[in-house]
Amino acid sequence: MSKPKFKWDDPILFDQQLTEDELMIRDAARNYCQDKLMPRVLEQHRHETFDRAIFDEMGQIGFLGITIPEEYGAAGLNHVCYGIIAREVERVDSGYRSTMSVQSSLVMYPIFEYGTEEQRQKYLPKLASGEWVGCFGLTEPNHGSDPGGMETRATKTDGGWILHGSKMWITNSPIAEVFIVWAKAYGHGDGDSQDGEIRGFILDKGMKGLSAPKIEGKFSLRASITGEIVMDEVFVPDENFLPNVKGLKGPFGCLNKARYGISWGALGAAEFCWHAARQYTLDRIQFGRPLAATQLIQLKLANMMTEITLGLQASLRVGRLLDEGKATPEMISLVKRNSCGKALDIARMSRDMHGGNGISDEFHVIRHLLNLEAVNTYEGTHDIHALILGRAQTGLQAFM
Amino acid sequence: MHIVTFTRSTPDTAAKVEVDGNGAVSWGDAATVVNPWDEYSLEEAIRQATNVKGDTTVIAVGGDLHNDSLKHSLAMGVKNAVRVNADGLDMTDSLQWASLAAAAVNNIDDCQLVIFGKEHVDVGSDQVTYQTARKLGWTMLSYVSEILELDAEGGTIKVEKTVEQGKQILTAKLPVVISVLKGINEPRYPSFIGIRKASKATIPEWTPADLGIELPASSITHDAYNNPPPRDITSEIIEGETIEEKAAQLVDKLLEEKVL
Repeated sequence: MSKPKFKWDDPILFDQQLTEDELMIRDAARNYCQDKLMPRVLEQHRHETFDRAIFDEMGQIGFLGITIPEEYGAAGLNHVCYGIIAREVERVDSGYRSTMSVQSSLVMYPIFEYGTEEQRQKYLPKLASGEWVGCFGLTEPNHGSDPGGMETRATKTDGGWILHGSKMWITNSPIAEVFIVWAKAYGHGDGDSQDGEIRGFILDKGMKGLSAPKIEGKFSLRASITGEIVMDEVFVPDENFLPNVKGLKGPFGCLNKARYGISWGALGAAEFCWHAARQYTLDRIQFGRPLAATQLIQLKLANMMTEITLGLQASLRVGRLLDEGKATPEMISLVKRNSCGKALDIARMSRDMHGGNGISDEFHVIRHLLNLEAVNTYEGTHDIHALILGRAQTGLQAFM
Repeated sequence: MHIVTFTRSTPDTAAKVEVDGNGAVSWGDAATVVNPWDEYSLEEAIRQATNVKGDTTVIAVGGDLHNDSLKHSLAMGVKNAVRVNADGLDMTDSLQWASLAAAAVNNIDDCQLVIFGKEHVDVGSDQVTYQTARKLGWTMLSYVSEILELDAEGGTIKVEKTVEQGKQILTAKLPVVISVLKGINEPRYPSFIGIRKASKATIPEWTPADLGIELPASSITHDAYNNPPPRDITSEIIEGETIEEKAAQLVDKLLEEKVL
């Protein structure tokens, strides 16, 4: 047997744990991301524009609704594939990964899991192909970490519901055709539902009273479009009501899927920053030698390598558990929190190691740093996930 | 109509390829890729077959290394894949290669069109395209930049060829072998569904016996391999106050070395 060789960019041979199929999917995703997304991102981030064509391209290859079965036009892959694809997309930009995650986990997943067969048939193929863009409305101007306090109301009326309220920080909303909205429902009258229970609705673009203004001036995720959802007495027919889930477990079920993807994606961004810092400090000669020849730089590179390697291993483990049906939300909190916090630290470190050049978008690390500020915050902040893990081991909840 | 195309796995052009004193080629841990020129021929085969409602088969000649490229081809949308191999096949012997390729094409019903990429990047050659056409006894149209019309019923193909003087448009009777240039199309990315299906596919292997031929004896012997001698280079940085002064010095030196 030949002597094992250490690979700096795959220190504990992560790739060998992936199947041949998973590696082929990873390579295909990487090729698209590097060939088609990477050349666009600098301008799109700089000018805060979003290219709608990305949905069509992603749909054609299968990036949208990765784990949804093939019969609905999606790729029907496992959760590990979803993770490794998210890693490749976010290696380019967290905004593009957000676009993909929202469509997949927060729009297609609830329709598949909580919807009727008619709703699945109507929405999923067009969302999978990218013909329709979807968005997910949970967060409100006054309720971020506390979604249970939401103010959006759905009141039963003849043949449907009247929705009133507003949602904030909604990825894709200004260009969306499909809106998954969570609201407190009143007057359901089926005998089994209580007033004030959180229920899900599918809103279609063009419904009277529905608008989605863009939020300007973001300094994070600028290559993805974000807006509000404003509902002024919007009539939503009964057939657009998601019947199969009640309470916060509806939106949380979706968020679990998305948070799992984020745990991989954030590490993709971190890997970019690590590799960039390594190359920059190898190339940058100061005081007559490469910066990488100094102990301070090598310590930072070693820390980056260690955190990314351990983080990927944890996300892979949770992915396998999801595929085996053995994952819990706490596991996902652990990896989402760990990956985002560590990725943000790595991006800051990398920006620092790039010196003055680190603030230029031409070197990309400042963009990742800005993006990761949002990624560390959305879908459960770093602190909120700490509270979930604290509650899980003490039995005491400390949210209030 | 059945359209046949060929592919092979080649080292990534970014891989560092080394040849030892015995002629053994190695490229370390670098993965193989689909011969980059074949991306265009695969895409063209899929498009033309869609237009004429025909069938597609991709063939690789050689060992199981080439299964990766065959699976990539299936993932792109080619319908069938087959690998042809023979004991004693010398991949550097283009006549052996072409004999197997032509026999494989003859083994496919109703094949009227064979599409090759412009060349094989690993050997930097396109001679197997011409040899395969010769073995088949078919017309060869090389460097096709556009297929203007494929008329399955009329049995003709009209193409635009790139020639030194410009473009040439010509029509030929089927069956033909063509080689296509980069730029004829934009190759699609394999879809994830395609990859999943392709990964489950079993790729049949045809032997010379299956094809009813005998592998011709190799007419090539490799007598010696010599790596290029290390180059003797000296570098000099020209010093000077102004650009003009440096340029004048550079010109003097180039004249001195008889480069100019």
